Amino acid sequence: MNAAQSPVTSEGAAAAAMVPSRQHAHRATTDPATPARVPLLDVRDLHVQFQTRTGVARVLDGVSLHVDRGETLGIVGESGSGKSVFFLALLGILEANARITSGSARFGGFDLLGSSEAERSSVRGRELAMVFQNPRAALNPIRRVGQQIEDVLLRHTATPRHALQARAVDALRRVQIADPEARYHAYPFELSGGQCQRVMIAMALACEPALLIADEPTTGLDVTTQAAIMALIARIARENGMATILVTHDLGLAGEHCDRIAVMHAGHLVEMAPAAELFARPRHPYTARLLASTPYGALSIDALTSVPGQLPDLTRTDLPPCRFSERCDRVLPACAGPRVMQDTGEGHHVACHNPC
Amino acid sequence: MNAQRLAAVRAGAGFVLRRLAAALPNLLGVVVVTFLLTRALPGDPAAYFAGPAASREAIEEVRRALGLDQGIATQFGFYLRDLVQGDLGNSISTGRPVATELIERLPASLELTLIALLLATLIAVPLGVLAATRPGSVVDHLCRVIATVGVSLPTFFTGLLLAYVFYFLLGWAPPPTGRLDPAFSPPQTVTGFYLIDALFALDGELLAAVAGQIALPAITLALFVIAPISRMTRASMLGVLSSDFVRTARAVGLSRTRVLYVYALRNALLPVVTTLGMVFSFLLGSSILVEKVFAWPGVGSYALEALVASDYAPVQGFVLVLAALYVLLNLVIDLAYGVVDPRARFEG
Amino acid sequence: MRRENLLTVVAASLFVFFVLLALFGPWLVPYDPLSTSAGAALSPPDAAHWFGTDALGRDILSRVIVATRLDFGIAVAAVAVSFLIGATLGCLAGFHGGWHDRIISRLADTIMAFPLFVLAMGVVAAMGNTVANIVIATALINLPFYIRVARAEVNVRREAGYVEAARLSGASDTRILVMHLFPNILPPMMVQISLNMGWAILNAAGLSFIGLGVRPPAAEWGIMVADGAQLIVSGEWWVAFFPGLVLMLAVFSFNLLGDGLRDLIDPRRRT
Repeated sequence: MNAAQSPVTSEGAAAAAMVPSRQHAHRATTDPATPARVPLLDVRDLHVQFQTRTGVARVLDGVSLHVDRGETLGIVGESGSGKSVFFLALLGILEANARITSGSARFGGFDLLGSSEAERSSVRGRELAMVFQNPRAALNPIRRVGQQIEDVLLRHTATPRHALQARAVDALRRVQIADPEARYHAYPFELSGGQCQRVMIAMALACEPALLIADEPTTGLDVTTQAAIMALIARIARENGMATILVTHDLGLAGEHCDRIAVMHAGHLVEMAPAAELFARPRHPYTARLLASTPYGALSIDALTSVPGQLPDLTRTDLPPCRFSERCDRVLPACAGPRVMQDTGEGHHVACHNPC
Repeated sequence: MNAQRLAAVRAGAGFVLRRLAAALPNLLGVVVVTFLLTRALPGDPAAYFAGPAASREAIEEVRRALGLDQGIATQFGFYLRDLVQGDLGNSISTGRPVATELIERLPASLELTLIALLLATLIAVPLGVLAATRPGSVVDHLCRVIATVGVSLPTFFTGLLLAYVFYFLLGWAPPPTGRLDPAFSPPQTVTGFYLIDALFALDGELLAAVAGQIALPAITLALFVIAPISRMTRASMLGVLSSDFVRTARAVGLSRTRVLYVYALRNALLPVVTTLGMVFSFLLGSSILVEKVFAWPGVGSYALEALVASDYAPVQGFVLVLAALYVLLNLVIDLAYGVVDPRARFEG
Repeated sequence: MRRENLLTVVAASLFVFFVLLALFGPWLVPYDPLSTSAGAALSPPDAAHWFGTDALGRDILSRVIVATRLDFGIAVAAVAVSFLIGATLGCLAGFHGGWHDRIISRLADTIMAFPLFVLAMGVVAAMGNTVANIVIATALINLPFYIRVARAEVNVRREAGYVEAARLSGASDTRILVMHLFPNILPPMMVQISLNMGWAILNAAGLSFIGLGVRPPAAEWGIMVADGAQLIVSGEWWVAFFPGLVLMLAVFSFNLLGDGLRDLIDPRRRT
């Protein structure tokens, strides 16, 4: 498939000129379900179930969100909150025991959930790319990294075979890998974790996607490398006008790099706001606890797990409508009723009957 | 570029040497154990070799001639010396050197074993892959059943059953007696493998006769090892399919076939290659039983004939040769593994 | 899930059935398993002889039943011997490391360097053709598996908290091994036992089939199949078929049970 014919790019090219500066992008929207303009990614009411040994787990329970072109959105939550599953579902690469029971997702003009696997796989890696945590395991251990980049180019571009290697080396150079000609021949085990993540990013960006989903891209890397990888992603996003979704445990990291932040808890999206607004005025009790438990700037995995109580068992059949209510100290009788999503202005949305 | 290639070559050579060095202690262990087995022979070997009518003096003379009056270390020295010269002793029943007779019969056994392995792999690997890609499906259950039934099959019994059904009842197979119908004369020896030699001889009729004769014993052996290979393939494929790098391959939109074969299967086959060593152990052991059932003129039936005649030199020679062969096969598997998995070449 | 449970129940019932046969077989048989009858030789299965008779006119059903005790006896004895020796050696290797470990691991490696059935055959040929030697040979080729499992399990546990606690309270190495480590490595060892049992029976029957170990006229499944081997190509299938089938069922029930037990004890390793 030729890139120029894709629904996303053709529309994207026209829309790009109209996109206002990124700082204002989120202000233009008032409600996550009905954004003012057509966003790049628009997911509504997504439900995903896992068939497990102990029963059916409702891992995502009506999640809606949107991403605008060129925007950086952060998704934070504990492990098990469903944030990774959300994106695997969008890409159509869930495990066999998972099922999307309802919802819609539009990416550009493309129906992500309703399309055939053939159509989806032609969008994956070309328009919609994802990088994962633990980059060393995320690369094929017995294939040279150059070949793995070539596999992507072969799949999605019309690069002639003789030019493949040069393009793969270019892709490596773009992610600032030293001596890319030599690294082209390397196997993942010969590279450091940081280098592997650069290779992953090179693979993801080889076709210049409109949206990059970075799922914990820096987890397991040392601090200097973390900063370098984040800077690399930010630079390429700026240069290409690419939208980025940063999925992370790390509130501090999200605050530093994202325009907006969405907070997930146990398969629900509980709060979404511009980054500065969220840190200044967290409205959901869960977010408030997260922020209160550690001073700003040092908010990491440990901080997130210091919220009392555990994520509820999602296979339970008697889960309350608000899955935080059992850990919540602001619980009201109304909390046993249907969930709400309140708009408190400034693009701030909170799913709570009794916001802080 | 050049420096890197040189480093790769150097790592490769180092890998081969390390593997060779690792195989040596095993080979030495095999030689020691076989020597100890010869020492544990029932009765007095000197009296045995001198014959039943020998006088006391004659027995003592044989004892000296065999070096049995020396210390155990010296005797081990003699044993090693003979071994290096390719001397495995003589068979009492035929009077010929054991080494010669084993070499004559080895191709028959190897042909049977390798054909069985090929057959089993061709069935078991696709079966395991199918089972892993469709967990809970009919194929998956079939794979599970085959795996459990397969390892429960006594090869000598399945061989007999197959012979009964396909020779006696249906008449599809030739009589279960040897490598070739006596109406044919064997192909001119090039490799010693009748199938290949018949191909070289461009004799279609002969090839068909040879293939018909090897079919049942090879299927019998293959049935036994389909189970471990398919089970391993399935488990390993399941593991690889849920691995991070397969998720990556899917996330970048690679086609299903490419994900399955280039990314998943190649990685999944690595542990399968390692289990081939164990599979060979099963195959070589079962081949003795199958050779007996089908009167296959290989080393196994040779050793069994000798065993019945209380002729122990061929049995010891057989154990030693098969063990050496097995060490060698494991070495080949190790080396093949190094070719497929770049990590193995660099690690210790 | 339910189907697997059902299979395990079937396997367990079969296993109990075989154990009962092994215990009470000699009192259950319709005929004397050793008494020959030239007149009734090679009669196919009928109402009087459910499994038919062999070339000497002996009742095959009676012989198959009586053989259970011998075949199970050999397998149980062999597995027990290799379990005891293998667990001891494996524990020593895993607990002390160093030269203990090197020697014991080398021993296991050396055994594994042989095609195992071939080694068993060589051992019985060298040591003499007796049932005791079949037990020894079968135990020997099972040994490496127990050594490896015990060594690995002890190795990961020797720094565990309860071991440290016992050490601080002044327990001797032997006491720690026997009282604290051994009970903890029992579950994986039990799985290994149940997985090896079927294989041990197959090996013992295979050795008898090629004329090692058990001698005629004793009833044993492998020998009985060998007795019928010549007859099967002339159409007298029942002589080899029934002992072979029962052997297969016995091994099958062990393997199913082993799988079930492994799933129960260690669901991660389920394949």
